Amino acid sequence: MSLNVSDALLTFPDGVGRITAVDHANLRVEAGEFAAVTGPSGSGKSSLLAVAGLLQTPDSGVIAIDDRVVSGLSRKEAAAVRLSSIGFVFQQSNLIASLTAREQLEAVARLAGRKGRAVDERIDELLDAVDLRGAAGRRPAQLSGGQRQRVGIARALMNSPQVLLVDEPTSALDSERSAAVISLIGDVTRAQGVATVMVTHDLPTLGAVDSVYEMVDGVLTRRTVAQAAA
Amino acid sequence: MFLALRDLAHAKGRFALIGGVMALITLLVVMLTGLAAGLARESVAAISTLGDRGVTQVAFTEPAQGQKVGFDSSRVTTKDVDKVERVAGVEQATRLTIAQTRATVSGVPSAVSVFVVPDGSFAAPKGVEPGSVVAGSGLTKDAKLAAGDSILFGTKDVRVSSLSDDASYQHMPVVWMSESDAKAAHVVGGGQGGPATSVALLRTRDGFDAVATRDATGLDAKSPADSLATISSYQAENGSLTLMRVMLMLVSALVVGAFFTVWTIQRTPDLAVLKAIGARTGYLVRDALGQAGLLLAIGGGIGTLVAVAVGLFARDLVPFVLSPATTLVPLALLVMLGLLGALVSLRRIATVDPNSALGAAR
Repeated sequence: MSLNVSDALLTFPDGVGRITAVDHANLRVEAGEFAAVTGPSGSGKSSLLAVAGLLQTPDSGVIAIDDRVVSGLSRKEAAAVRLSSIGFVFQQSNLIASLTAREQLEAVARLAGRKGRAVDERIDELLDAVDLRGAAGRRPAQLSGGQRQRVGIARALMNSPQVLLVDEPTSALDSERSAAVISLIGDVTRAQGVATVMVTHDLPTLGAVDSVYEMVDGVLTRRTVAQAAA
Repeated sequence: MFLALRDLAHAKGRFALIGGVMALITLLVVMLTGLAAGLARESVAAISTLGDRGVTQVAFTEPAQGQKVGFDSSRVTTKDVDKVERVAGVEQATRLTIAQTRATVSGVPSAVSVFVVPDGSFAAPKGVEPGSVVAGSGLTKDAKLAAGDSILFGTKDVRVSSLSDDASYQHMPVVWMSESDAKAAHVVGGGQGGPATSVALLRTRDGFDAVATRDATGLDAKSPADSLATISSYQAENGSLTLMRVMLMLVSALVVGAFFTVWTIQRTPDLAVLKAIGARTGYLVRDALGQAGLLLAIGGGIGTLVAVAVGLFARDLVPFVLSPATTLVPLALLVMLGLLGALVSLRRIATVDPNSALGAAR
């Protein structure tokens, strides 16, 4: 299981010209690998995540999951790939206010047309993995920021995706909770064998990742952890 | 409905408010429908039930200049009836004379419409014969009257053979009477009777041609249902009530549409997340429509139940009809129009960009 972004170019209209958000980026993340993309605000990190997650169609380039090309699909087909193969962890967890922690996970299974005992067992397994079995019946408003983010991680893994895309998961957390969340993402990446890409500003968390990329003005460059943290 | 049901449970207050509005609008529409049907029955029941006795056409004379064709102006003579009976496609014809007069019931004077038909006419209700009449049950409101009792027209006493719920015209009880009794009681042709109008009632078979009939006799023939449109008071009354009902239904569609527009705007961040996760637009629209349908059914159902309860009490005091046509049909129409209003607003779901789930936009 791997994610491969090859020569991805993404531009946006900007007045009479166009602005380049992702400039011929190349990124390969293997199963069980935890990669981080850092860079200043506006450098194109979230745009890269949107391209890799099939939320945005690039001007050119190829996206492949497990060597299966998934770029250039229709909106419907892209939604189906996202549902089955890509898990998203959003910046502020982005949980649905009316659903309990358990139902957040169940909703994802329902979207895929799954319900029943196998789904219940998967939910229990994931809530155990993020240590939230005891808070399964709570709605987002009854959870702390760290708990919400952990529910978001479990939700992203519900349909057993091959790829996990994580958008600034610690932006609303203090340093202690940030470290716990990043550690959890690393753990589930290895335990579930997913290819994880995390966009982050939070340089102290880079110690937990396997590979680091830096993005500046849309250009993606591979760095060592030490280089990125410097 | 997974998301819809949980939204309903979570935002109880908001959904209770819109459900309450739907219940009140449904209550109003069902009450108005029942009242309109009750008033219509009082106004035209004696005409609209003519078909039960084989009357297929009502024929009117051409009105004088400035008047409209119909019950209010028609003056059909016995010669006209003889003429129309010979037209191809007409099996039988009979004259119906309508007069407004006063009758005395148990010593209480009452205004009545008298429907006069020739003795032995096919169009008369069972029990109408010389000396015997069929009276509208509306006469029992102000005075004691039962089958077998007598009604006094001037000095002429006639026996009531039966009472009928369908014997009413222009909000007055109808007394169906034979021509010989009507003459003896001076109900028509001067005496105590007011100005009478008359129409020809026809029993026709296949091949009847209204245009040919008009050419041959000068009479304008319409079905009993179409002939109701010629009663100006009925038209005015029914038109006003129908307009009110239509306006209320449009208001309900707009209110539901406005609610779901605001609700969808509020849910836009959630919808973006769901779409980013992989939810299809069709799934989200179906879920939201199910939510709207459930809300409309619950709100409308409560409104209808209250209206039925009020109607059961009110029908003894005012003209009111309680039937599936006056309760379930308006409820179904309101639900359908509400769903249409919701559907228009839910188009917005298709435009939600899943990409907006990324970043700090929420």
